[in-house]
Amino acid sequence: MTKQLAQYLVVLALSPLLLGVVNRVKAFFAGRRGPPLPQLYFDLYKLLHKTPVYSRTTTRVFRAGPVAALACLLTALAIAPFGGRPSFFAFDGDFILLVYLLGMARFATVIAALDTGSSFEGMGASREVQFAVFAEPAFFLALAALAKTTGAMSVSGIFGALTPAVWTTAAPVLALVTAALFLVFLAENSRVPADDPNTHLELTMIHEVMVLDHSGPELAFILYGASLKLWLLGSFIACSVLPRHSGSWLTDAGLFTAAMFAIAVVVGVVESIMARLRMSKVPYMLITALAFSALALIFQVGR
Amino acid sequence: MKTDNHSSFIFSATDIEPEIFLDTAGSRLAAGGRAIAYFAVPEGAAYRLVLAVAFDRESRVEVYSAPLGGPFRSLTPSFPQLHLFEREIYEQTGYTPEGHPWLKPVRFTGANDKPGVADFFSVHGSEIHEVAVGPVHAGVIEPGHFRFQCHGEKVFHLEIMLGYQHRGVEKRFIGGPGPRDLRYAETLAGDTSIGHGWAYCGAIEALCGVNVPARAQALRGIMLELERLANHTGDLGALSGDVAYLPTASFCGRLRGDFLNMSALVCGSRFGRNMLRPGGVNFDLDYALVKELKLRLETVYRDVENAVSLLWNTASVIDRFDGTGTVSKQAAEGLGLVGPAARASGVGLDTRRNFPYGPYENFTLAVSGSGDVYSRAYVRWLEIQKSADLVAAWLDSLPEGPVSAECGDLKPDCGAISLIEGWRGQICHFALTGADGKLRYYKAADPSFHNWQGLAMALRNGEISDFPLCNKSFNLSYCGHDL
Repeated sequence: MTKQLAQYLVVLALSPLLLGVVNRVKAFFAGRRGPPLPQLYFDLYKLLHKTPVYSRTTTRVFRAGPVAALACLLTALAIAPFGGRPSFFAFDGDFILLVYLLGMARFATVIAALDTGSSFEGMGASREVQFAVFAEPAFFLALAALAKTTGAMSVSGIFGALTPAVWTTAAPVLALVTAALFLVFLAENSRVPADDPNTHLELTMIHEVMVLDHSGPELAFILYGASLKLWLLGSFIACSVLPRHSGSWLTDAGLFTAAMFAIAVVVGVVESIMARLRMSKVPYMLITALAFSALALIFQVGR
Repeated sequence: MKTDNHSSFIFSATDIEPEIFLDTAGSRLAAGGRAIAYFAVPEGAAYRLVLAVAFDRESRVEVYSAPLGGPFRSLTPSFPQLHLFEREIYEQTGYTPEGHPWLKPVRFTGANDKPGVADFFSVHGSEIHEVAVGPVHAGVIEPGHFRFQCHGEKVFHLEIMLGYQHRGVEKRFIGGPGPRDLRYAETLAGDTSIGHGWAYCGAIEALCGVNVPARAQALRGIMLELERLANHTGDLGALSGDVAYLPTASFCGRLRGDFLNMSALVCGSRFGRNMLRPGGVNFDLDYALVKELKLRLETVYRDVENAVSLLWNTASVIDRFDGTGTVSKQAAEGLGLVGPAARASGVGLDTRRNFPYGPYENFTLAVSGSGDVYSRAYVRWLEIQKSADLVAAWLDSLPEGPVSAECGDLKPDCGAISLIEGWRGQICHFALTGADGKLRYYKAADPSFHNWQGLAMALRNGEISDFPLCNKSFNLSYCGHDL
């Protein structure tokens, strides 16, 4: 139990570092040095000491949004896989709860954005929900395919049962699932090619535009929540491409963490070598993810 | 009355009967003319309407004028290119162009005008919404108000409202030429210092009847092309930044600075301020400087070539540019668009070819055809190649001789039109002298004045999320429009 608690705390502590890695990789490709790796920690510290500013048109819904979203993500992270080790909050069917917790976090963000009454935030909320229509089933079907492949019904159980032997027998299924998870991972974390996390242009934003009115500690919650979400969705990819378990907690944890940072590097590389899609083509990318995971499930059921 | 680019004419010769003025204007525009200036000069208690029409294919400019004492017939319904000119006349004289389809202030110069407070188009229906952007923006850019009428992500219409930057620069020229005037010209649009500076010098030189020495002309050419190189390179970088394509964005940001530094090497200012003077230039190049500039041009150009070729070779970038924000050739001609934006729509207009001036001879045009963001980006790349060739050629064979000539007094009661191809497009300065040989009226038209409407057209039926990209592909000046 202490180990399980320790791995949860490791995730909470390390997740802001992922964005630091992404940004350093991007800076490397651009020939710059880039911001320090722990930049997000500095930002969070700074924001937590600020007094938030509220628009007069907002209500309590607006203030509750970031807190509710962060609470959902913190709970969801307790279910998330960690190098195939059991998590302390695991039960059969917990991946359904996980999907709904992510959905609730989205709902809290969207409702807070709509509460401002700003046309920009309304547009962002509309885009977020529109794209979620494809991203959520893609994610859910991918998890279903994994559950069917491994025969386990909880998230940590699935990845505990995922061994190199499974890869040798069900490689197409797992490859399709991993591809689907990666596309969902990019879109849900507003990375290129679905979104551009660096733009200041409200009209082209998806996720960022919904949080424009937040400030101070609430913005810190949002930024921290975003880094948790990056870790959460990334951990599914890391665990599915890293099926080997050594049996030692330390080795497994170290390998898993290294895989997480490798994913951050991949994200940085993707962002450095391609342009983002035009807004009307983002759904196609997510439909591709949906098709991948649906296909994986069909393969598995038919096998 | 016919005249030429950079030559003076007796202003009274342009006078025609008020009854036939508008008919003449209509027939000249219908004959393929493009209005380059249309304004009202105060004359006693009333005004005089002045219209300058350029015939691009024949390299000919015609000027007509007639007294104006009250409301006049609007020509905009037949010739949309006049819409902003007529609104400007309406704002400055108070006389209504009757039949103008959308009459409202341009720069809010009236005593009771508040910038941005005017009528806007509105749309009604279910699921229709309007998005208002600006005048305060998220980035460090100039103020302007954009109002989108949308259905979901689709834009029905974009209305652009400017005027927040109005400084009254044109009025400052009246009573000149004075020592400050060139500074005003250089800052009409800060990134077009050489373009507007040259246009001002050209007008003054024409009114003085002075010939600019060949060496000064070549030096001006070098500076103008360096300005074009810097801005086009920066634009290509900004375009790729807007589609989140990092490599070209970061390289071009630096390379733009390298071109600006070359300008600084010549005259001490990265934007070419104080390089020009009526009659010539203030700074000469010695052998060592020519060598240094050639060396730098070669290395920087090679880097630009590498950075920009990444754009054309990346499928995701091409997919994003292609077919985004299309302006048809018909719309571009109808609205009188100029510069790279017009050439990207297939309009064969470049002042350097159509109205050759200074050191430009046998200039060949760079045109792309489809009128979308891709075309506007690609035309810039073609022009970068051309400008680099021109600068290299001038550096290789700088004419010997003095770099400036003395300007005498201005000819009284004359007018002069000065057309320059700035990096954004054709710049038109129109100067008029009074009986005392001082400037009586001065009119400047930045290419942005013509092209903002082109941006609005580019968004028609497009996606609202494409606006920043389209905007960047035009990259227009707010202060150049607002003056």
